[in-house]
Amino acid sequence: MARTSIPIPIQSVGGKTGAFEYLTTKKDELVGWARKFSLFPYPFVTACCAMEFMAVSSSPYDTDRFGAALPRFSPRQADLLMVVGTVTHKQAPVLYRVYEQMCEPKWVMAFGVCATSGGFYQNYAAVQGIDKIIPVDVYVPGCPPRPEMVIDGIMQLQDKIARSQHPIMTKDF
Amino acid sequence: MGAVLGPLQLRLAPPDYEVTLVHGMPVVRLPSERLLDTVRLLKDEFQFDLFLDVTAVDWLPRQPRFEVVYHFYSTSHFGRIRLKTTVPDADPTVDSLVPLYGSAGFMERECHDMYGIGFRGNADLRPILLYEGFVGHPLRKDYPKLQEQPLVPYRK
Repeated sequence: MARTSIPIPIQSVGGKTGAFEYLTTKKDELVGWARKFSLFPYPFVTACCAMEFMAVSSSPYDTDRFGAALPRFSPRQADLLMVVGTVTHKQAPVLYRVYEQMCEPKWVMAFGVCATSGGFYQNYAAVQGIDKIIPVDVYVPGCPPRPEMVIDGIMQLQDKIARSQHPIMTKDF
Repeated sequence: MGAVLGPLQLRLAPPDYEVTLVHGMPVVRLPSERLLDTVRLLKDEFQFDLFLDVTAVDWLPRQPRFEVVYHFYSTSHFGRIRLKTTVPDADPTVDSLVPLYGSAGFMERECHDMYGIGFRGNADLRPILLYEGFVGHPLRKDYPKLQEQPLVPYRK
């Protein structure tokens, strides 16, 4: 069945009055839309959850579909800190330093139950959740979490980014 | 593995030594003063040339409180042996095995971290698994189970 399509006037007709010369939106929506699809994760990988992190970032589950696939191994280039695994008190200064080095805007995902709450480690060595040290945006519990849970966490973080305000000038400037 | 038991029992006689076979492995109990001599003898005469590990057991409130446990292996006759000695709470110190086995240095550091056992002759007992400034020895029975010593101040 033949369809009659309406041609979109990409070419501007009559000088600069064409259809695609400008569009209207809100600044926060536009910036949020751009940011939520360009999450560059920094994998702070300390323990066995690393296996699940590899599974979720490679082809069968593929976090690249959400724009969150390309790990940056410098915190200065990253904007999503994925804390994957148990964090001990001995490591905590390293984690804090990495978080401090990341540029704004930055988000943190606690990947796995150890990063979320310390999990089943409650002793002299383990930090009882990384939110004791740094603010966390999305928690993904599980030991280890299923890839679907991680993907759900990324999507919830994307929603959060899309909904939040994106000031051009922050208080730190 | 039990083949070495007979010669061992002849060589390490009571009352200082108590040699038994536990799950097929020879176990020697000995006073801590005889440790270095005994390990040298095991290494030279019984070919226990591989030092596997040293750890400790805290028997609080029993006295003497600590039991220091050594494991050795032989790469020629493939036997294993366990040495147990006890040290009191007041002076939990044994001789270091670094003169005999270089690898003992790291394992003694770990044992010092976790149980506070001193090793006479090990010049480098800095923390290896714990961090500088950690107070106490976390695997001792009287270390509070929930006590944390954070290096980064907690958020409010």
